[in-house]
Amino acid sequence: MMTDKTDGKEIIGRGAAEGARLFREWFAELTTAAERGEHTAYVFVMGSIAEILCSFDIHLVFPEITSLQTAVRRVAHEYLNAAEDYGYSPDICGYVKAEVGVQLKNGEHPMGKIPRPTFGVLTNACNTYLKWGEIWERMYQARTFALDVPGSRSLGGQTWQGDPDFENDRKYVEFQLRELITLCEEITGKKFDVDRLRETMRYTNAMSVAYKRLLAVNMARPAVFNAMSEGTIYLGVANALRGTAAGAKYFEDLVEEMEYKAANKIGTLTQEKYRLIFVGVPCYPIFRRFTELFSEWGGAFTGSTYLEFASGGLNTGFQYDLNRPLESLAEGVLVSVRHAMDAMFFQNQWLVDSLDAFHVDGIVYHPIKSCRTVSTGLADNRRAVMAARDIATLFIESDMMDKRVVTEAPMKNRIDAFFEGLATRKLKAA
Amino acid sequence: MTLWDAWKNKSLDETIGLCRDLVEDTDFPTVKKWKAAGGKTLGHFQVYFPEEIAHAAGMLPVKLRGSQVDRKKADAHFGSYICSIPRSSLELCLSNTLDLDMFVTQPICDVARNLAGIWARNFKYPAQILYLPQNANSAYSSTYLRDEYARLARELEKITGTLITDAALQNSIRVFNENRRGLRKLYDIKRETPWLLGIDEAFVLVAVGAMIPREEHNALLAQVIPQIQARTAKKQDRIRVVFEGGFCELPPVDLLRVIGQSCYVVDDDLLIGLRWILEDVSSDGDVLHNLADAYLNKSSYSPVQHDLRKPKEKMLMQRVKNANAQAAIVTAAKMCEPGLDEQVAYSKTFDEHNIPYFISEFEEKMTGFDHVQIQLETFVESILFE
Repeated sequence: MMTDKTDGKEIIGRGAAEGARLFREWFAELTTAAERGEHTAYVFVMGSIAEILCSFDIHLVFPEITSLQTAVRRVAHEYLNAAEDYGYSPDICGYVKAEVGVQLKNGEHPMGKIPRPTFGVLTNACNTYLKWGEIWERMYQARTFALDVPGSRSLGGQTWQGDPDFENDRKYVEFQLRELITLCEEITGKKFDVDRLRETMRYTNAMSVAYKRLLAVNMARPAVFNAMSEGTIYLGVANALRGTAAGAKYFEDLVEEMEYKAANKIGTLTQEKYRLIFVGVPCYPIFRRFTELFSEWGGAFTGSTYLEFASGGLNTGFQYDLNRPLESLAEGVLVSVRHAMDAMFFQNQWLVDSLDAFHVDGIVYHPIKSCRTVSTGLADNRRAVMAARDIATLFIESDMMDKRVVTEAPMKNRIDAFFEGLATRKLKAA
Repeated sequence: MTLWDAWKNKSLDETIGLCRDLVEDTDFPTVKKWKAAGGKTLGHFQVYFPEEIAHAAGMLPVKLRGSQVDRKKADAHFGSYICSIPRSSLELCLSNTLDLDMFVTQPICDVARNLAGIWARNFKYPAQILYLPQNANSAYSSTYLRDEYARLARELEKITGTLITDAALQNSIRVFNENRRGLRKLYDIKRETPWLLGIDEAFVLVAVGAMIPREEHNALLAQVIPQIQARTAKKQDRIRVVFEGGFCELPPVDLLRVIGQSCYVVDDDLLIGLRWILEDVSSDGDVLHNLADAYLNKSSYSPVQHDLRKPKEKMLMQRVKNANAQAAIVTAAKMCEPGLDEQVAYSKTFDEHNIPYFISEFEEKMTGFDHVQIQLETFVESILFE
């Protein structure tokens, strides 16, 4: 949708500023929830089931967001050290350890105070989610609910509505959602209100339409947002405010901003030279610098697998049918969480398909020590993509949390060499 | 066709030696022989796989449990922070040592789930994830798993071209029940008379079962169990320990032998997938449902199954108690996230209950054991002379 505000001053930059404001408010609300001892569910970005939990007025804490904020604010090492002193290995997920550190510090966090979990909802999108929940079970005797969402059984092997295998999976998810509702009733003492559920689903529908459009707008040349850096802000809002009026409005406004920029050829970089796709999770310990290592060469990230798998399925644009809310929610959760897993395990064809649509010059793979879910298949994926298409790729390993395995100088050397290669390619093609 | 009968009418020591040779043979001769005779193979990654279904389809289920093979190709397909077992398993397939007709992995960990994609991108045969339920506590889990097994059965029928009949499934259940009874007997011997059977010996006797038809393994167990019971070894003054951490990637046999020289390992979680189901599975009625129910409700535990009824540290405490163990060796494969996670819970629980424990890490390709041996002996002595 285009806007009448043609000078753009009120629009450009609104998404970043509003995102930051909403995020601060969200953390402030968690702080008050902690003080008041209100019900809090610990949930994860790949399948938060916010629609049900919000309908019970349960606060959501996203431990992944809690942890990454410690890295962005450059204090992750304090939390990692606390967890390692407690006994956790340097070789396990940094998100888990930072969050354990937050708990060991009684919820103290640079953005506020993180309330303790009343209970946890764990999906299987990442196996570490399940191990993580077991930590809360041990620390607080917190109840956990594992929502098991079967993923695609093979590369390109998705089943869809009408297929008996899809229906088997959907029934399993729906049954579990009903069990989760019963658990929420027990914990909160409130009766399930299907109209409240419909309301949250309606907001998620609006967010989903806008989010899908947002990703598509970045096909524009120049790219209107940096999928890695600005995209992380959008992901934060997408998850924290899922199923809310504020979340829906944020993304509708964001699409307006990005469409305005696209129409007026206003890029995220003043001079875009190379269009890139980012695969993996960003390097949060040096987040700003990590972005600059690419933007200084005129490299703009037009898309990322992160915006696919960590958006809670909003990228699919799935629309819940409010006339049959629980059945449709199960269907949506199945499709969304499955897609998140596909975007990590089977993403090679998506990458190949994106090359032309987003006019991509190169792909940056960033496997990390902390996350085997995202990183295990990347070297192989890169081989497959390069076999399918003549495309420049960069493979750099570091971490999303642990600055001990982030070494900027060799990283910069690799990135510089990558861009020199891209420049040579452009010269040859000219 | 008999795949492997070198052990027939041999002494116990000779049989154990032959089993060890076969388990450590990076050429997988029994699988090659099966393929050469026109048989179909299904390679399944650790930990648990319902081998009965592949057996009923007439396939040879082969457990992909890694290997000490030299990795010439596979490392180029993985990043740095990944454990060893997926690398060596992929190497076996890329080098065509293991010529499979299907590959199946399970959602046991974040690495394992990626393997279906990696296999699919590198091999022409089907590569799938068998979605064993991660919510063992849902009332719907066994129904779901029954349907998932039926889906798997249909996939296998496509590969073999033959229908998996109820009669075939019932027969397979009986064969595997017998096998599990044999394995339970081996572990009873370890628990009750550990001086008769070392951890390394028990390990190779179990592991060989994942490389030959179960009928042959049943016959092998039927031969060796009386031989073990007839051994004349004397009980020595050694501490009784439980070994934990071998549920997926496996330590080298020599490391197990070194451990066995210092203490009696009275129970362990090595190859727990082969011993996952703890009771006979009924071959009456809906066999797939029986198998699914057994997976969920008549089963052991491991760090890679989330089940509120089975807090791992409590299950390990139970294992220690049942085996009348004095101490535990709590290991994890290098870079194995579930194993490393669990070490924290295990050690805190042991601290709470005042049970001595020895923490270590291993890798399937490690070759030096002196350091571990010295540490372990110091640990053992600290208990013996307390």
